[in-house]
Amino acid sequence: MNGPLVGQVINLLAALMLLIAFAMLAQRRLLRLIHLFALQGAVLTLNTLVVAATLAQSHLYFSVVLNLVLKVIVLPMILIRLVDRLDLRADAESVGNLPLIMLVAVVLVILSFNVALPISELAGTITRGTLGIAMASVLIAFLMMITRRKAVAQVIGFLAMENGLFFAATSATYGMPMVVELGIALDVLVGTFIFGIFFFQIRETFDSLDTRNLESLKDRE
Amino acid sequence: MTELLIILCLPLAGAALLGLRGERSWAGEANAAISLVTFLGTLALAARVVGQGPLVLLTQLFFVDAFNVFLVTLTAFVGFTTSLFSRVYMRVEQERGRLTGKRLRLYHGMYQMFMFTMFVALLTNNVGILWVAMEAATLATVLLVSLYRTPASVEAAWKYFILCGVGIAQALFGTILLYLAAERVLGAGGSALLWTHLFEVKDQLEPTVLGIAFVFLLVGYGTKVGLVPLHNWLPDAHAEGPTPISAVLSGLLLNVALYAVVRNKVLVDAALGTHLPGYLMMGFGLLSVLVAALFLFRQKDVKRMFAYSSIEHMGIATFAFGMGGPVAAFGGLLHMTAHSLTKSAIFFAVGHAAQKTGTQNMDEIRGLVHVSPAVGWGLMVGGIAILGMPPFGVFASEFVILTTAMRDHPWAAPILLLGLGIAFASVFTRLQAMVFGETTAKRLPHPPAMLPVFVHLVLVLILGLYIPPYLAAWYRQAAAMIG
Repeated sequence: MNGPLVGQVINLLAALMLLIAFAMLAQRRLLRLIHLFALQGAVLTLNTLVVAATLAQSHLYFSVVLNLVLKVIVLPMILIRLVDRLDLRADAESVGNLPLIMLVAVVLVILSFNVALPISELAGTITRGTLGIAMASVLIAFLMMITRRKAVAQVIGFLAMENGLFFAATSATYGMPMVVELGIALDVLVGTFIFGIFFFQIRETFDSLDTRNLESLKDRE
Repeated sequence: MTELLIILCLPLAGAALLGLRGERSWAGEANAAISLVTFLGTLALAARVVGQGPLVLLTQLFFVDAFNVFLVTLTAFVGFTTSLFSRVYMRVEQERGRLTGKRLRLYHGMYQMFMFTMFVALLTNNVGILWVAMEAATLATVLLVSLYRTPASVEAAWKYFILCGVGIAQALFGTILLYLAAERVLGAGGSALLWTHLFEVKDQLEPTVLGIAFVFLLVGYGTKVGLVPLHNWLPDAHAEGPTPISAVLSGLLLNVALYAVVRNKVLVDAALGTHLPGYLMMGFGLLSVLVAALFLFRQKDVKRMFAYSSIEHMGIATFAFGMGGPVAAFGGLLHMTAHSLTKSAIFFAVGHAAQKTGTQNMDEIRGLVHVSPAVGWGLMVGGIAILGMPPFGVFASEFVILTTAMRDHPWAAPILLLGLGIAFASVFTRLQAMVFGETTAKRLPHPPAMLPVFVHLVLVLILGLYIPPYLAAWYRQAAAMIG
């Protein structure tokens, strides 16, 4: 592939990434949220594949496979199974004042582009323009965790944040060294399992997965 | 090399064994035996490093110098004494029916897993693996915090998981930025994240990128250190989990997180050529001391109170490393050691006291000296030591840090003194009532495991009175490296 075209494709994928981040922020239905998460993983994988093909970097192919397996197949599957077993398929929650949340997200995007500007000028990668978007997806995922009340949605926000971080690593440096990437993937996988155990513990203890139940520990007077 | 393999493989094998058989009657003893052999391994490694200087092992994956070998030895030692305490403590919990066999398997398996992740975090040469191991340490302990499955413990564990997860994600972003800067100097590939390589080129790294990276790293690892305002998970996790876990979280995990901050600070300091990282750490440190001291006053739960005291002391250590220079770093290292030993001893005593009275509420714990003199005096002496009274080690380290602050940053000294004063007033009155108050309770049937408490307190006393020359030389080596 030639240079300008690759640049266009990467920018397109980055834009999709941001769009999905916004869509997740607004999505009320849990099952759709998981689908969006899988889609984000797919965009991420495609982006890494394009970079790998352009630069012929062998270790990037490895992370393409890792991403495909973990974020497009395994994690969404675990999440869907959990949702089935917890009987949350039809679950939807109110997201609160959506226009306001969207507005905050837009401000976060502008902020991220400003912070990322000096850094991306230093990066020598063809993907460097997308560092701002990566940072914005991390912050939007964080915003999603804050605005949600249901434990499962918060965890999806957490995983989306990790997607954003991975995107940042690809755009700034063509990915981390392989052993680090493997370690991070292992942590994410184990973490998701533990989150799964937690859903059952929380529901067993409180009869609900609403995290408003989890606000009683304060400094009691 | 052999020592390193023992330190890393033994806890891992122990985690597998105890994960499968941890409910047997010998599990507590096995846990202690594994921890003892690991500790002996760290002693051998420490002797090698102090004698021969820094080592790079296993195709540069691991790196041992005076700074981390000191923390490795401390971690293994407290891990060993806590396993002795845990043997007695968990047996009583089991007899009272608070734990099933399945939960004991989880507990013992994860105890060794936690030790393993801390050793990896301390010994690795790769800044990326350091992050992976810190995250793994959270994963290993989070199910232990909710071990009793009470509503409060499940809530505490969830909070711990989410807050530390989000916090440490910031540190990953910081590490990515560090890699971005390193790659320009060292070239792409695995070697650009190796600390030994980074250290050699530290003054050539791009300052703008490293400045932003350090903010993310400090916020990320700082969440795990328990720095205010990122400390919300800490009191809950300490109060609701089993007491041996409170002891290792407070005495060890916080140290390892601070280690991660200091390792990165060394690189950023050299790249920036300014004192910005130092000022950031001093600010966070002072804020932690002050806020924790104010919160100490309001606590009702004894484990919560000592959790806030941990925030205070980690604040002091962070402040010391922030000041920089060999003397302050020496004080910081000494403070980490003394706090680690004293605070775990206090948690051992508190664990026995709470088990005996059946409550963690300080208003209901009274007259411990009458119920069990050993526990009562252990708590009293431990409390006096942690409040920084002479002749204990905490006094010595606080003295070094305070005098350095008065010389280099006089504005900070009154804030520190104020925090220490408030902490003293609030903790001491509580302690006095708990230890010497009137009680109607009967003597306890279980003999407490007081040996670890008194061993720790004697060590802290020795640190306060006289630091043996080889230990001082070791601290100085480490302090020179990070100062």
